[in-house]
Amino acid sequence: MSVLVYIESDNGTIKKAALEVASYGRALANTLNTSLSAVVFSSENSELLGNYGVDKVLTVDFSEKFNAKVYADIITQAAQKEQASVVVLSSSADSRYLAPMLSVGLDAGYVPNVIELPTQTQPFTVKRSVFSNKAFCKTEITTEVKIIGLSNNAFGLVEHAVSPQTESFSPKIIASEITVENIDKATNKVSIADAETVVSAGRGLKGPENWGMIEDLAKVLCAATACSKPVSDLGWRPHSEHVGQTGKPVASNLYIAIGISGAIQHLAGINSSKVKVVINTDPEAPFFKAADYGIIGDAFEVVPKLTEKLKEFKAQNA
Amino acid sequence: MKILVCISHVPDTTSKINFTNDNTTFDNNGVQFVINPNDEFGLTRAMWFKEKQNATVDVVNVGGPETESTLRKALAIGADAAFRVNTAPTDGFAVAKELTKVAQDGGYDLIIAGRESIDYNGGMVPGMMAAALGASFVNNCIAIEIEGGKATAVREIDGGKETLTSTLPLVIGGQKGLVEESDLKIPNMRGIMMARKKPLTVLKPTENKTFTASVHFEKPAPKGAIKMVDADNIDELIDLLHNEAKVI
Ligand SMILES: Cc1cc2nc3c(=O)[nH]c(=O)nc-3n(C[C@H](O)[C@H](O)[C@H](O)COP(=O)(O)OP(=O)(O)OC[C@H]3O[C@@H](n4cnc5c(N)ncnc54)[C@H](O)[C@@H]3O)c2cc1C
Ligand SMILES: Nc1ncnc2c1ncn2[C@@H]1O[C@H](COP(=O)(O)O)[C@@H](O)[C@H]1O
Repeated sequence: MSVLVYIESDNGTIKKAALEVASYGRALANTLNTSLSAVVFSSENSELLGNYGVDKVLTVDFSEKFNAKVYADIITQAAQKEQASVVVLSSSADSRYLAPMLSVGLDAGYVPNVIELPTQTQPFTVKRSVFSNKAFCKTEITTEVKIIGLSNNAFGLVEHAVSPQTESFSPKIIASEITVENIDKATNKVSIADAETVVSAGRGLKGPENWGMIEDLAKVLCAATACSKPVSDLGWRPHSEHVGQTGKPVASNLYIAIGISGAIQHLAGINSSKVKVVINTDPEAPFFKAADYGIIGDAFEVVPKLTEKLKEFKAQNA
Repeated sequence: MKILVCISHVPDTTSKINFTNDNTTFDNNGVQFVINPNDEFGLTRAMWFKEKQNATVDVVNVGGPETESTLRKALAIGADAAFRVNTAPTDGFAVAKELTKVAQDGGYDLIIAGRESIDYNGGMVPGMMAAALGASFVNNCIAIEIEGGKATAVREIDGGKETLTSTLPLVIGGQKGLVEESDLKIPNMRGIMMARKKPLTVLKPTENKTFTASVHFEKPAPKGAIKMVDADNIDELIDLLHNEAKVI
């Protein structure tokens, strides 16, 4: 028996979401009185996993780029080798791609968007968000092996130092009918999924030419930029920035909404962010009912001021 | 080319979410149901294949009789035939198994599903279906072309996108981007009239194996009051975010 976590890296560096998955896996292994194994594909800093309680690191002897079918099969083999009773993944695009295939491969029930440790283990019951964060659902997983997709930023990082055992893992590699032809990824930008802070703007900004101040604010905060749906439909910003119920979900620690009214579909997608700040000229904007901190004011005045003040703050607290 | 579009029947995005039976059942009362938004993009893309490449397009839902209005809407948009597998969709795996059977029997080249249903946000049915069928799978799909029995698809990844090629059969988990919002097809009068004559076949469910069970629902705790900060006092906001919320 063991708990197995899938550790994702980005350019050879372990992602923060993966360390969060390790933290969760550690706590879960304690609850189940078992050990924690991690499966890692090419990463330069896997020794870091010892800080988050991983007992055993399986380093996969396979250096090719992400291919979901091949990766899912390798993780399935790792789970079988480790006799994993629970496999934990993050909520990244790649993890969400893999998990359903793993589920079929391992005959294991999969629950996504899990927000905390199991509420009980007999029967094995987890709490997940449903209806785009408008509700939670306690869900029983009735299969022998279980798969958990952990919501980003739901559990946080918990340090727990151990000295992991490292093992090189040489799985059987299957063929895939899918070929990755090209990857187009901005290397200098934080993605919405990985960001701890997201700066988001809406139609209140009047036009695409005004996004410079949003990018400046995002830059001081090392934040990702996002937008409301009409802004992407109008072509002011790329579709990949559209957040909300029908766009990308946001589960950041800090979400700053500028010139966004706070329609139900927008809020549904961003509500699991921990702290929400709204800047809007209209005191009646529904967003004020959903946020933690609010400023009634003109974005064109408030945002540049906020950026300047944050620069000063950062300089002092560096 | 034969295309199957999987249509999930979900509460409209403006719905108030409530539960009954001691918080064990979703409360349908007063809720308007629609085609899952991700599936709407897929269905419109399928219509493009029908018009430009002579594809036939079937639609399928796993659900009770109440979902037939949603399937009729898909027929009115232009699908050729509809199937309804007559069972309550209680678990993603069970739904995927039923859809797999329909897909196998129909011998489809391309199976279009959505990235996720906006009700349970499972995001699992298409991937499970692909694995069960032994077909290729592209999730978060934002573009798809098929030429000479080969598909080229674009997948959204965190922070960018990826172009893939694949053999058929292929299952996609689609989303906005497959077509533009402004190109989404809505039923017109003629479509609605024609839909009445198109076949909607009710199928018996095959097996009843589930992996999970939703046992209890709850709503988030009411939000605390917002703290307002004066637009001329940005320092206070920074102080609150640093010392109180501890997020900067
Ligand atoms: C099926 C469906 C799905 C949808 N899915 C999504 C989704 O996923 N995500 C999403 O975002 N929307 C979604 N929507 C759209 C949603 O209903 C709203 O229309 C949209 O969120 C509004 O965008 P907005 O707040 O940018 O624009 P508006 O509603 O036009 O609001 C602009 C705001 O800016 C404020 N403002 C104006 N000038 C200034 C200024 N100088 N400084 C500060 N504030 C200013 C105004 O007071 C106003 O509150 C969906 C709609 C439907 C029907
Ligand atoms: N009951 C259902 N009937 C038909 N298709 C479904 C059903 N449930 C889910 N799907 C398809 O699978 C996609 C993802 O759904 P889910 O895995 O439930 O989030 C949806 O967008 C649909 O295309």
